[in-house]
Amino acid sequence: MTTATILSPSARSRFPGFGLSLGFTLFYLTGIVLVPLLALVLRPFSLHLEDFWTAISAPRVLAALRLSFGTALAAAAIDSLFGFIVAWVLVRYRFPGKRLMDALIDLPFALPTAVAGIALSTLYAPTGWVGSILADYGIKVAYTPWGVLVAMIFIGLPFTVRTLQPVLQDLGRDLEEAAATLGATRPQAIMRVVVPMMAPALLTGAALAFARGVGEYGSIIFIAGNLPMKSEIAPLLIVTKLEQFDYAGAASIGVVMLAASFVLLLALNGLQVWAAKRR
Amino acid sequence: MKKNRSATDDPPLLRYLLCGIAFVFIALFLVLPLAVVFSEALAAGLGPVWTAITDTDSLAAIRVSLLAAAIAVPLNTVFGIAASWAIVKFDFPGKAFLVTLIDLPFSVSPVVAGLIYVLVFGRQGWFGSWLTDHDIHILFALPGIVLATIFVTFPFVARELIPLMSDQGREEEEAALSLGASGFATFWRVTLPNIKWGLLYGVLLCNARALGEFGAVSVVSGHIRGQTNTMPLHVELLYNNYDYVGAFSVAALLALLALLTLALKSFLEWRYADELAAAHRH
Repeated sequence: MTTATILSPSARSRFPGFGLSLGFTLFYLTGIVLVPLLALVLRPFSLHLEDFWTAISAPRVLAALRLSFGTALAAAAIDSLFGFIVAWVLVRYRFPGKRLMDALIDLPFALPTAVAGIALSTLYAPTGWVGSILADYGIKVAYTPWGVLVAMIFIGLPFTVRTLQPVLQDLGRDLEEAAATLGATRPQAIMRVVVPMMAPALLTGAALAFARGVGEYGSIIFIAGNLPMKSEIAPLLIVTKLEQFDYAGAASIGVVMLAASFVLLLALNGLQVWAAKRR
Repeated sequence: MKKNRSATDDPPLLRYLLCGIAFVFIALFLVLPLAVVFSEALAAGLGPVWTAITDTDSLAAIRVSLLAAAIAVPLNTVFGIAASWAIVKFDFPGKAFLVTLIDLPFSVSPVVAGLIYVLVFGRQGWFGSWLTDHDIHILFALPGIVLATIFVTFPFVARELIPLMSDQGREEEEAALSLGASGFATFWRVTLPNIKWGLLYGVLLCNARALGEFGAVSVVSGHIRGQTNTMPLHVELLYNNYDYVGAFSVAALLALLALLTLALKSFLEWRYADELAAAHRH
């Protein structure tokens, strides 16, 4: 990134539109994002904090949070592994249909989550194309926690591939060459030279996939079966509590999820600083 | 072993193995779900698909979705341009923090995005009783749907324009200004032509998400059939009523829209690579 010339206050006043553009930006950001988020952040303080803890520590809520966070972590790990392979294949190899495959990676971004949800559910149901094969081996995916995992893998894949791809492209091959010259086999060169250099990108991609997975709703609720304590994700529990007009309960879970988003955002910023330093 | 293979080329066996894994993974997680949508929709031929899509409630859902996107996308476009102008062309304290805040809606769960508007405008919310007294409907009506849509598509345009405009600097604008062009003329005739493809790219992604949003809109819409159901919500309603052909017909329409978006996006990345933010040049 090239930075523009450093601006003295006098240059700022010569260049037009500062007040208007920043004013509108802050006004719109405050009205749409900050004030409504404040309504959520302040909510636990308007209850008694004890009620907040009671709401959060209910077994059903804990089970939902555990499922959402645990499964999102597993999905992020799986997406990182396969995302690395897909990015590697797309950057390093030439094969027919490569452009099509590259375009298809963004499908989970572009396909509405409800459509993905009913498609995955039909596909992995015991009568579906994939589900019926798995059923022969006694594996049930749809309407179990495994369904949650499948949906989260689907929704997170583009984050890992698209984070790794440009970094892999910019990665010079000279270090790999050096490793080969020093007698490393090809898999050794990949595992001990390429993968460590890709570490910031791998972690960034995983964090993005994790963040998306934790909050995901549409693609999961159709395939999960939504059994309380077993396959009920945290966002669904928020919706359920809202439908029962339990605003306090819904807001309590919402605050926990929002806190997780903040922590992830900070971690991602930290990762960016780390990656920039290594370059 | 062939002599002409360089040290950084993978051995054929490794190459086939990695390609195989990638192909199977993508087929299983991306191609098959897409194929299932069209196969289920067309299970009984084209006739029922047409009937399902031209059904009164489906048409109403299409109308609500288009209306919400038609309001949310232009607003976020204006915001994206204003935000990137302020952030790229000027220096001010707290800039990095502002960029982080703009990205925030991407890391917030869609359900939480819906929830915050319920806490502001709902019956037990901040403005709930005032709104009831004045008979203003925001939740379970179009304004709520639009707000939720704006929130989830908030960063798209800004996030595309900020890196693109930082790459371009401000020399061209400064030249125009020193030659006596007004601020608006400079923006219209210098900046906008420079960013038009990047802007289109951001608007395209913003629009796709606006039409497809489910979680956030689901929380605030109230699911009133024929009135506040968007296309994705209508898919859910039909699916839960065991009308699979109907659900997959509307879903196929949305999937076609997604494919069109992907095609346009790939075209922009291929044809106008130099005029998009560096992250999309591959």
